[in-house]
Amino acid sequence: MSTAAKPIATLRSVTGVPTGRLAMWWLLASEIVIFGGLLMTYVMHRIGHPEWATEAAHTNTVAGAVNTVVLLSSSLSAVLAHQAAQTGNGKKAANYLWLTILGACMFLVIKSFEWTHEIKEGFVLTRSTFWSFYYCAAGLHALHVIAGSIAMAIVAIDAAKGKELQRVEYAGIYWHFVDVVWVFLFPLLYIAK
Amino acid sequence: MTAATDTHATGGHDAHGPASDHGGEHIHPPSYYVKIWVVLLGLMVLSLIGSEVPNKLVVLMAAFGIAVVKAYLVCAKFMHLNIEKKFVVYFLATSLAFMALFYFGVAPDVMQHHGHRWKNVSAKAAVTRGLEAAKVDGHGGHEAPAH
Amino acid sequence: MSQTATHHDHGTATQGHDAHGHDSHGHGHHEEPGFIKKYLWSTDHKMIAQQYMWTGVAMALIGGYLAYAFRMQLAFPGKFIPAYGYMSSLQYNTAVTNHGTIMIFWFAMPVLIAAFGNFLIPLMIGCDDMVFPRINRLSYQVFLLSAIILIASFLVPGGGFNGAWTAYPPLSGNSEYNMAHWGSTLWVLAVALEFVAFLLGGINFITTAMNSRAPGMRLWDMPLVVWMIVIASILFMASVGPLIAGAVMLLFDQNFGTFFFAPERGGDPVLWQHLFWFFGHPEVYVVLLPAMGMSGDIIATFSRKKLFAYKTLLYTVFGTGIISFFVWAHHQFIAGIDPRMANIFTVTTLIISVPIAEMCFLFIATLYGGSITLTVPMLWGLAFVGEFLLGGVTGIFLGASGADIFFHDSYFVVAHFHYTFVPIAIIGFFMGFTYWSPKMFGLMLDETLGKIHFWITIVGFNMIFIPLFFTGLWGDHRRIYNYNNFSELARPELQDLRIIATVGLLIMISAQVFFVINLVKSYFVTKKKAGDNPWKANTLEWQCPSPPPHGNFATMPNVYRGPYEYSLPERESDFWPQNEPPAA
Ligand code: HEM
Ligand SMILES: [Cu+2]
Repeated sequence: MSTAAKPIATLRSVTGVPTGRLAMWWLLASEIVIFGGLLMTYVMHRIGHPEWATEAAHTNTVAGAVNTVVLLSSSLSAVLAHQAAQTGNGKKAANYLWLTILGACMFLVIKSFEWTHEIKEGFVLTRSTFWSFYYCAAGLHALHVIAGSIAMAIVAIDAAKGKELQRVEYAGIYWHFVDVVWVFLFPLLYIAK
Repeated sequence: MTAATDTHATGGHDAHGPASDHGGEHIHPPSYYVKIWVVLLGLMVLSLIGSEVPNKLVVLMAAFGIAVVKAYLVCAKFMHLNIEKKFVVYFLATSLAFMALFYFGVAPDVMQHHGHRWKNVSAKAAVTRGLEAAKVDGHGGHEAPAH
Repeated sequence: MSQTATHHDHGTATQGHDAHGHDSHGHGHHEEPGFIKKYLWSTDHKMIAQQYMWTGVAMALIGGYLAYAFRMQLAFPGKFIPAYGYMSSLQYNTAVTNHGTIMIFWFAMPVLIAAFGNFLIPLMIGCDDMVFPRINRLSYQVFLLSAIILIASFLVPGGGFNGAWTAYPPLSGNSEYNMAHWGSTLWVLAVALEFVAFLLGGINFITTAMNSRAPGMRLWDMPLVVWMIVIASILFMASVGPLIAGAVMLLFDQNFGTFFFAPERGGDPVLWQHLFWFFGHPEVYVVLLPAMGMSGDIIATFSRKKLFAYKTLLYTVFGTGIISFFVWAHHQFIAGIDPRMANIFTVTTLIISVPIAEMCFLFIATLYGGSITLTVPMLWGLAFVGEFLLGGVTGIFLGASGADIFFHDSYFVVAHFHYTFVPIAIIGFFMGFTYWSPKMFGLMLDETLGKIHFWITIVGFNMIFIPLFFTGLWGDHRRIYNYNNFSELARPELQDLRIIATVGLLIMISAQVFFVINLVKSYFVTKKKAGDNPWKANTLEWQCPSPPPHGNFATMPNVYRGPYEYSLPERESDFWPQNEPPAA
């Protein structure tokens, strides 16, 4: 469409940090407290409820570990996309982003098999508050996976045409954050039993 | 203030547009990132091994210590917080610190089921019930995670 | 990066409107955008500010109507209420709940932070718009959606939510108790969406102020109100997270049968109180700070003096912001929290009143020796400080955990927080509106009508809440529908005080007629032009046309000095705009 003149406000960068990236950092600050609030309440409940140990024993460590590998790898492709964008190669950046999205989809597929299995076994949302936290925390995280994938798809479409390459980095930062959240969910829900 | 007016209006800092980020000098080759990824995967395997150790302390250390290291690597190297302006790191750290504050303010009430002149009878009952149910379930059937 | 300065905001249909951005202010001829693009789908920060403002005012009318209805019920229990009808106890709870919710989340926040933030930040830091104009528009749209959902919650089967604005479980978590299954779910949803809107808006405010200041403008050259709105946005962002998580948990409790907050199955209702107040107390500073900032700017302008100790004031505010995260459990002293924690929270609460008092003192020091003109905005600005003081001082009583065992949930608390919130939301709105409306609309308001409006409003306000301090001390518990049901409270002397309070409310409501008359007279009859700088102020918003055109400044300003250079002895005129180049 039109190469619209953007407001001058969007072109300034007094702090030296590009505006888009600065906004992304603030977004992450707010996400930290959202996940932080949920996970902190989980931790204190977990410590106050020794009986949850038997419930936690039923989570599927293998599925969690595979998903960790998937997310860590998708983070790698996200950072490689950024690297490609830095060198000005929009096509390559877009391809790496699509690869990241593929990782996101794999993550969700594994997750849905895992959940289906657990629900069939009777470990439903209301079985005990452990399971409520389990579905709540992993569900909130999964929503972020979906949102991140959509954002990356939009960025990838532009990047393939060589447009808005700086956004590749911003989407990547968000994706790494989603990864980091999982890095903590994994021990909280799967390992520390 | 009149003296200070001279330092104003040079306006030099406004010059760079959004494109001038930590570009050029910091481009790492892909192999750099692949190496970090390998380290991350190694750490994950380590935490899995750690979780098999029968000592509870080791399990927790392995689980959370390694999670912190992994998170550090992703934040520093993939998000490039290591070369970002310091104030960004500070405000992200502040929001983390607020979460610690939240934990310490709330945990005394939520973790405990009795205290000085108060008891949370029903929470305590829920714990007892749960522990008993677990005993009935027995040590046999559910030791291994349900696959 | 190999990019040139292309940024976000690319190629959507809306850009047609943005297209004649800054390259067009030089010459006047460009096609007018259509009605929808101009008023409903605009990305212009001034239009979004007005959308927020008028939506907020409309919501305040609903909130005020609810207050009228339940105050009438309290003064004349069981009687017919004109323009309402008879009020049932359930309706009473619904009215109180939604009055509080609306006034805080749909009036104070949108008007003080979103409306004035949107209008003032780009103008005061000398740029043409927010850094994310389309996210800004999205923020308003989400906000509007949340308002619609809240209103819809009154109309669903079971009626609106009635579990108080603090929504404590188990009352809020279980529709067997509150009998408003849909109402409570929609209420939580509306509040959560409103938070999303303010997160989007807040990120915009913060990044704009950080990254888009005019050349030459250092952080320490930003007017107080910009600082305050930015700090408020940061506080909001850093405190609301746990409550968003809590809202999700509450929604699950309400709808999916979980028991995060239900003690009978191992949940913990006090957890919700922590989640709520960890946000709730910083939230009171979120709304306080912008109002403080406005009054500081106004007091400096009309004292023709430099704001006293500008930097100290800002350090004080940073301190307040941080301490505000350490006081939340003073709302829970009798909720069964760990008494050792209660001690800590008493101390922190008493500590936080020091910086608050300091801000008030610095404003008073600004007045000292100034050449004060009592214009209408100045009256509101002074009233803000004076009335808020009473709210802050009574807060100290409540902060002492021992005293609070008696005060808690009494009308003393109600009077306390209305002495903080009414100055913030209502006085704050009028203060900002009377000061900046000449810029917003290019027309001056009538001073005489403004003064009449001011005095009657102030008298009415004090008449409502001074008596309530006393009924609270006598033992009036809050959230009671009919005091005749309690023999020790059904006393004529107490009832007289309740009636005085209700009469005060009626006076305060009728005073608003003068405001409406003023608007009609000034904008449609006298139409007195404001000119660029009617108050002879220094800040940048006064150095552009009134109302500012799209793009704000004909040439983007450079900044040479701080915002408060008034009455300098070496200068002929008593003000010195921030963008005026120093004499060569
Ligand atoms: C000097 C500062 C302040 C102190 C020491 C203070 C202290 C307190 C305390 C201890 C309570 C709890 C009383 C109780 O429930 O028993 C309280 C309630 C309240 N305060 Fe303040 N406060 C201060 C400033 C403010 C400000 C600036 C606002 C609003 C902008 C505010 C709004 C409220 C509200 C809304 C409540 C009641 C909440 C409810 O239970 O519904 N306070 N205050
Ligand atoms: Cu408080």
